[in-house]
Amino acid sequence: MDKMVPYPSGAIVPERDVEKTPILETHHLGIDFGGLTAVDEFSITVGRTEISGLIGPNGAGKTTVFNLLTNVYQPTRGTIMLDGKQTAGKTTAQVNRMGIARTFQNIRLFSNMSVLDNVKVGLHNSIKEGFFASITHSLGYGKAEKKANERALQLLDFFSMADMANAEAGSLPYGAQRRLEIVRALATNPGIILLDEPAAGMNPSETAELMENIRRIRDTFNIAVMLIEHDMSLVMNICEGICVLDHGKIIAKGTPDEIKSNPAVIEAYLGKKKEADGNA
Amino acid sequence: MSIASKYKALSKFARTNIKTYGLVIIAFAIMFPLQSAGMLNNSISGQLVPICTYIVLAVSLNLTVGVLGELSLGHAGFMSVGAFSGVVAAAAFQDSVGSDPLRLLLAIIIGGIFAGIAGLLIGIPVLRLRGDYLAIVTLAFGEIIKNIINCLYVGLDSKGLHFSLKDTASLGMTNGRIVLNGPQGAVGISKIATFTAGFILILFTLFIVLNMIYSRTGRAITAIRDNRIAAESVGISITKYKLTAFITSAVLAGMAGALYAMNFSTVAPKKFDFNTSILILVFVVLGGMGNILGSIIATTVLYMLPELLREFADYRMLIYAIVLILVMLATNSTKAKQITENLKLKIKGIFIHKNNNNDGGEVTDNG
Amino acid sequence: MTFISNLINGISLGSIYAIIALGYTMVYGISKMLNFAHGDVIMVGAYVSYICTTSAGIPPILSVVIAMAVCTVLGILIEGLAYRPLRKASSLAVLITAIGVSYFLQNSALLIWGSNPKTFSSIVPFDSIALFDGKLIITAESIVTVAICIIIMIGLNLFTKNGKMGKAMRAVSEDKDAAQLMGINTNFTISMTFAIGSALAAVAGVLLCSAYPVLIPTTGSMPGIKAFTAAVFGGIGSIPGAMLGGILLGIIEIFGKSYISTALSDAIVFAVLIIVLLLKPTGLLGKKINEKV
Repeated sequence: MDKMVPYPSGAIVPERDVEKTPILETHHLGIDFGGLTAVDEFSITVGRTEISGLIGPNGAGKTTVFNLLTNVYQPTRGTIMLDGKQTAGKTTAQVNRMGIARTFQNIRLFSNMSVLDNVKVGLHNSIKEGFFASITHSLGYGKAEKKANERALQLLDFFSMADMANAEAGSLPYGAQRRLEIVRALATNPGIILLDEPAAGMNPSETAELMENIRRIRDTFNIAVMLIEHDMSLVMNICEGICVLDHGKIIAKGTPDEIKSNPAVIEAYLGKKKEADGNA
Repeated sequence: MSIASKYKALSKFARTNIKTYGLVIIAFAIMFPLQSAGMLNNSISGQLVPICTYIVLAVSLNLTVGVLGELSLGHAGFMSVGAFSGVVAAAAFQDSVGSDPLRLLLAIIIGGIFAGIAGLLIGIPVLRLRGDYLAIVTLAFGEIIKNIINCLYVGLDSKGLHFSLKDTASLGMTNGRIVLNGPQGAVGISKIATFTAGFILILFTLFIVLNMIYSRTGRAITAIRDNRIAAESVGISITKYKLTAFITSAVLAGMAGALYAMNFSTVAPKKFDFNTSILILVFVVLGGMGNILGSIIATTVLYMLPELLREFADYRMLIYAIVLILVMLATNSTKAKQITENLKLKIKGIFIHKNNNNDGGEVTDNG
Repeated sequence: MTFISNLINGISLGSIYAIIALGYTMVYGISKMLNFAHGDVIMVGAYVSYICTTSAGIPPILSVVIAMAVCTVLGILIEGLAYRPLRKASSLAVLITAIGVSYFLQNSALLIWGSNPKTFSSIVPFDSIALFDGKLIITAESIVTVAICIIIMIGLNLFTKNGKMGKAMRAVSEDKDAAQLMGINTNFTISMTFAIGSALAAVAGVLLCSAYPVLIPTTGSMPGIKAFTAAVFGGIGSIPGAMLGGILLGIIEIFGKSYISTALSDAIVFAVLIIVLLLKPTGLLGKKINEKV
């Protein structure tokens, strides 16, 4: 793991990323639902190839942050910069095309479609096939489909799922469904991928494999990974930067070692050791 | 390799194509000679073009309801737009285009274009809504279209077409003829629709719809149906693909409407009301959501059913209603599902048992 | 003066829509289904009342009670036989079944009572009231309709807010499974909702035919669709919404007829509905439901 070094702004990123613009930056991000503030003053910086973690007790607002980052919710306050560009006013689909992809806490696959088609939906914007080619199956339809199939199989193979390509996505075992969601997100060719509790419901050996896969994603695709996770050993093991959220506010930011010894974190989060164990 | 195993090795797209086009072509190959030889009785012969149009309508509605997963209760509205714009177009080309088939083609294309425009105008606002609200708004649009055409007067004279929303007198014609006459609808249509034209329109519809389902566009549409939020998260523009499906569906319905109108000498706007929309929806649901072949079969059977029940005269629509309810109960209730599931297991049990005697090894793998 | 007279006619027609819309909205609230056969229950109610008064010589008021009883039974039967087995089926399957039930009722009526229009004689035994030297005439039917509508609205509100059954209904609407776990008999509660909705439909049928006295097997269709529209307009699932939606729809329809175009009045009604839904996608009084991501 690289040393974490600060930008001039003070935000820390892995040393290898410090020369480049961060992939993701938020400034004073906040959202209210009715009169209730769900997230407030959320400012982070994520390096281009950084693996970062977003942790916090249940109901701290972690998934809300993901929904803000992907423009599922429009923020009440603050700004989001993706790859140096503002995302305000864009749709979820548009920010995905700008380079952010995600998975969901409660798996959201296209369950009636095949595994291969799920990935091909992810490849949608990189397939060169217009409406006319679609309805006539001419003008490069064959070429585009062939290329898409190859790329999809390649991506599935990366997670050893190529043999399941023709299975119906909804019929896959739980772990495979989680992996398929990641493959589908990667197919959109993102600069950063957000994983919402990727280890939920997994046994220790599956979790170990997942950790390996997350590192491989970063190294092979050269992208940033940001994850929400309750499994502390996973977070402490692979995350370079960690951000702790409680009641919608950041209570600590730093390296795993800094977080482990942060009194506020211990009080808000690790203090409830029993509950954390129960979740894991 | 045997033909059966060759067939199984084909892609799903190829298999669907063979089944669907195959059935339509065989049906035409049987019916066409019978019709030409005058061997069909009048009532069946008269149903051929309407059946073709309803097949096109059901297949096109299946694109919205089955593939896109949005309930539309106003499909007859697009049929209506296509029918009346087609009739007006055919009347306008009466003198300039001599050939009947060519004039029919023009009418169908113009019907499709106008229905497509209506689809666009309706789709942009409507597709933002979801579920039952979308359904009720499509219903409302269908009624609005019916209502407006009910008030529409179109006349044709040497100067061209004249339009009015008031009455025939305000068309300001001296010696022309009335093409659309308000609530009476289209009058004096030259009946140029043929069974062959209907057959070709079905093939065209299948070509568009099946190709689209098995393409990048179709995947995007299906993805939106399966999980809208996930589809958005992988960069699929919801509005664009919903509109694509909706407008394609409207264009095809408009074409079918134009063909339908050209089969009669008069067509009234109230023909294309809510009940017609529902009728088409029933074909789609009973044929199976997203199942194009199913739509074709269901349309043919259900359209002919009242005809077959003719000897029951007054009771036929009642029987139709009862059949409809029973079919829905048999295919959808939890109890009925359990019964069929048990039956399947039993049949499977017999089969496996038989297999066991021949070759025990393979069973565990299949089991 | 025409303005006031139009307004009164609109409120009166709207009251009928409102009573029908209540049936739609209550059923939708509790079982999340669009009961398309509801409009035809109206027609059955009107026929029953008609037969009672003309063939059996039963007094009009009693005929309404009988019509309500018949429709209540009919509603319970429809729910039990056609909809209950489909409780877990897709909403489209239920919708198609409801359409089947609607066809069934219409065609049964056609067989029993024939296609000849029946002239319904008003059940209201009073004369119209003439005001301002006869410049403004208010029909007795209008007054009775509006009065009945107000009584029903107050009654239903009290019933759902305070009554045990009403509370059970609200609980089942919120969460069927949780309600069942709390010991509520959900099947019975849903049956009762259909019963109340259908009894109201009978009242609406009699009022509708008293004001517009032509009775044919499809009499209920168009008012049914409009009342359903009214329920959506007001926010489906909401009882005050159905009331508001119904009355507004009636006013819009009558005003559209007299100030814009008789022929286009339906188009105007539906256009207003669309505009409202686009501005407020869950209707006037509907609750906004946030999708969980």
